[in-house]
Amino acid sequence: MKILVCISHVPDTTSKINFTDNDTKFDTNGVQFVINPNDEFGLTRAMWFKEKQGASLHVVNVGGIETESTLRKALAIGADEAIRVNSVAIDGYFVAKQLANVVKEGSYDLIICGRESIDFNGEMVPGMLAKLTGSSFVNNCIGLEIDGGKVTAIREIDGGKEILKANLPLVIGGQKGLVQESDLRIPNMRGIMQSRSKPFHVKEPVETSAKTQIVGFEKPAAREAVKLVDNVEDLIGLLHNEAKVI
Amino acid sequence: MSVLVYTESEQGTFKKIAFEAVSYAKGIADMFSTTVTAVTINAGDVVELGKYGATKIVQVSNEKLENFNAQAYASIIAQTAKKEDVQVIVISSSANCKFMAPLLAIDLEAGFVPNVTQLPVSTSPFKVKSNVYSNKAFAFTEYMTHTKIIGLAKNTFGLKENETSVNTEEFLPELIDEVFNTEVVSVEKTTDKVTIADAEIVVSGGRGLKGPENWGMIEELAETLGAAIACSKPVSDMGWRPHSEHVGQTGKPVSSNLYIAIGISGAIQHLAGVNASKVKVVINSDPEAPFFKAADYGIVGDAFEIVPKLIEKLKEFKAQNA
Ligand SMILES: Cc1cc2nc3c(=O)[nH]c(=O)nc-3n(C[C@H](O)[C@H](O)[C@H](O)COP(=O)(O)OP(=O)(O)OC[C@H]3O[C@@H](n4cnc5c(N)ncnc54)[C@H](O)[C@@H]3O)c2cc1C
Ligand SMILES: Nc1ncnc2c1ncn2[C@@H]1O[C@H](COP(=O)(O)O)[C@@H](O)[C@H]1O
Repeated sequence: MKILVCISHVPDTTSKINFTDNDTKFDTNGVQFVINPNDEFGLTRAMWFKEKQGASLHVVNVGGIETESTLRKALAIGADEAIRVNSVAIDGYFVAKQLANVVKEGSYDLIICGRESIDFNGEMVPGMLAKLTGSSFVNNCIGLEIDGGKVTAIREIDGGKEILKANLPLVIGGQKGLVQESDLRIPNMRGIMQSRSKPFHVKEPVETSAKTQIVGFEKPAAREAVKLVDNVEDLIGLLHNEAKVI
Repeated sequence: MSVLVYTESEQGTFKKIAFEAVSYAKGIADMFSTTVTAVTINAGDVVELGKYGATKIVQVSNEKLENFNAQAYASIIAQTAKKEDVQVIVISSSANCKFMAPLLAIDLEAGFVPNVTQLPVSTSPFKVKSNVYSNKAFAFTEYMTHTKIIGLAKNTFGLKENETSVNTEEFLPELIDEVFNTEVVSVEKTTDKVTIADAEIVVSGGRGLKGPENWGMIEELAETLGAAIACSKPVSDMGWRPHSEHVGQTGKPVSSNLYIAIGISGAIQHLAGVNASKVKVVINSDPEAPFFKAADYGIVGDAFEIVPKLIEKLKEFKAQNA
C-alpha cells in the first residue's frame, strides 16, 4: 500500500496572530511553524500502517522553501520520502489541484489529510482532492483500519460516531482519535540523522488558477474587560437581564 | 437567478442553523433584488422556511439517503443549482455541511469560503468576511468564479423573520453509483442529550475539578440549563471524560450563546476553539487565570462552593420564570 500524508505548515498553536503590509500579509516575525496538529495525528496513524503492514509512506506540502523544515520533521518521524510542490498556497482549490497531480503521478492508495488546517481553517483541501482524484472520502475520521484493500473508517458525528466501509483509493480528513495523544512521536536523534539522506523531491506546480483570493485581514476589536461578581445571584441577574442568554 | 440555500434537517426536522441560513440568504437576495430558493433533502414539513424568507422550496426525497452521504448530497445540491441557474449558494457550518462543501465546489467549479460572519461586504467584486486563524482574526476574500458558495458561521447572523408564501416543488435528481463509494455500516449515538454542536448553552469543566468523580455537579448544572457538557483537553486525555466532549483548537469547536468554563485556565488552544461563543462565564479560584481576560463575566472562587450554589439559585430562577 502506498500512503501519502498531506502536511500543512502552520503557526504553532500559541502564536500571536499579526499582519503586515497594510493588513494584507501574515506576520511571520517570531512565529514558530509546526506540522498542522490534525496532520500529525494522520502521520502517526500512517506510521502504524508502515510498521505493521509494510506500507510505503510519503509526505507532501504545497509551499515555499520555508516549509522544508516541517517536511524534514515528518521524515525524522519516519516518512520515507518527501515532496514539496514549489508554490505559494494561493487558495484551497489551488492546493487541491497540486496535490491531485502528485496523487496521480504517485498512484497512492490512501491519502491522509487533516480535517482542517489551523491557519485558514478552510476544511476544503481534502474533499476537493478526493473529488478531483475520484477517490472515496471520509471526513472527521477518528479511526481507520485497512486490511487486504478493505477499509473500515470511523467518522465522528454530532453526539456519536458512524462506522463506514469505503473503497480505495481513499482520502480522509483526520483528527484526534485517529491515534491517541500519547502515540504522537517526537523525532529522535537517529530519525533526524536518517532524515537527511532520505529522498526529498521538489516539483514545480501545474498551471491552475485559484478560485478565491484573500485581499486583507482584520483583528477582532479589543474586548471589554470581564465583569467580576462575587455571588451567584448577581451572575444569574446579569445573564438574564444584560446578556439575555438565560 | 435566485439565491440557493441548503436547509439541513435531521430525521425530517430542520435544525436551527437551517433557519439562520435562510435568513442570511434572504439578506443576500435583497442585495441583488432577487428571491430565495431552498433545497431540502428528506425533510418533513417545509412551510416554516417561508417564515424566514424562502419563496421556493425544492424538495428531494430519497430512501437511499437515510444516512448522510456527502457525495450524494453534494450532487443533489449541484444539480439543483444548475437547474435553478443560481450564482450564490448558502450553506451552514455544521460538520455535515463542511464535509460536503468542497465536493460541491468541485462539482460546480465554484469558489468556496467557509466561516463567513456577515453579509457580503461588497457584491462587485463579491467579497466576504470570515473567521480565520482559529477565530483569532478575520479575512476578506474575493471570489473569482461565476458560482459562489458561502459557508455561514454559526450563531453570527441570527434568525430574521421575513414571512413569505412558499411554492414547493418535488425534484428527482439523478444519482450515479460513484456517489455511494462509501457506505454506512452502523451508527452509534452516545447520547440523546443536546450535542455540543447544537447546544445554545455549553457547560465545560477543566482540570480544576480534580477528578471524574466530581462531574456530578457539572452534569446537574448542565441539566438545569438544558446545556451540553464539554471539557478541556487534559480532562479527556486523562480519561475523566469521553473524547467527544473535548473542545478547543484540536477538539470540537463551540459557538454557543453561553459558554460556562469551570476550573479551566484558558490556555490559548482552549480559547481558540470556544471564543466564537457569544457570552463566556468563568469560574476559577485563581484571579490570574488567563480565561478572565477572554470572558464576559467571572466569579473568582472555589468551584466546589460556587457551582452547587449556582445550581440551587438557577433552579429557583427557573421556577420563577417558568
Ligand atoms: C498542540 C496543542 C493543542 C491543544 N489543544 C487543546 C484543545 O483543543 N483544548 C484544550 O482545552 N486544550 C488544548 N491544549 C492544551 C492547553 O494548552 C492546556 O494545557 C489545557 O487547555 C489546560 O486545561 P485546563 O484548563 O483544564 O487545566 P489547567 O491549565 O491545569 O487549569 C486548571 C484551572 O483550574 C483552576 N482551579 C483549580 N482548582 C479550582 C477550584 N477548586 N475551583 C475553581 N478553579 C480551580 C486553576 O486555577 C486553573 O486555572 C492544547 C495544547 C497543545 C500543545
Ligand atoms: N499547502 C498544503 N500542502 C499540503 N497539504 C495541505 C496544504 N494545505 C492543506 N493541506 C491538507 O489539507 C488539510 C485541510 O486543510 P484546509 O483545507 O486548509 O483546512 C490539512 O490538514 C492538510 O492535510
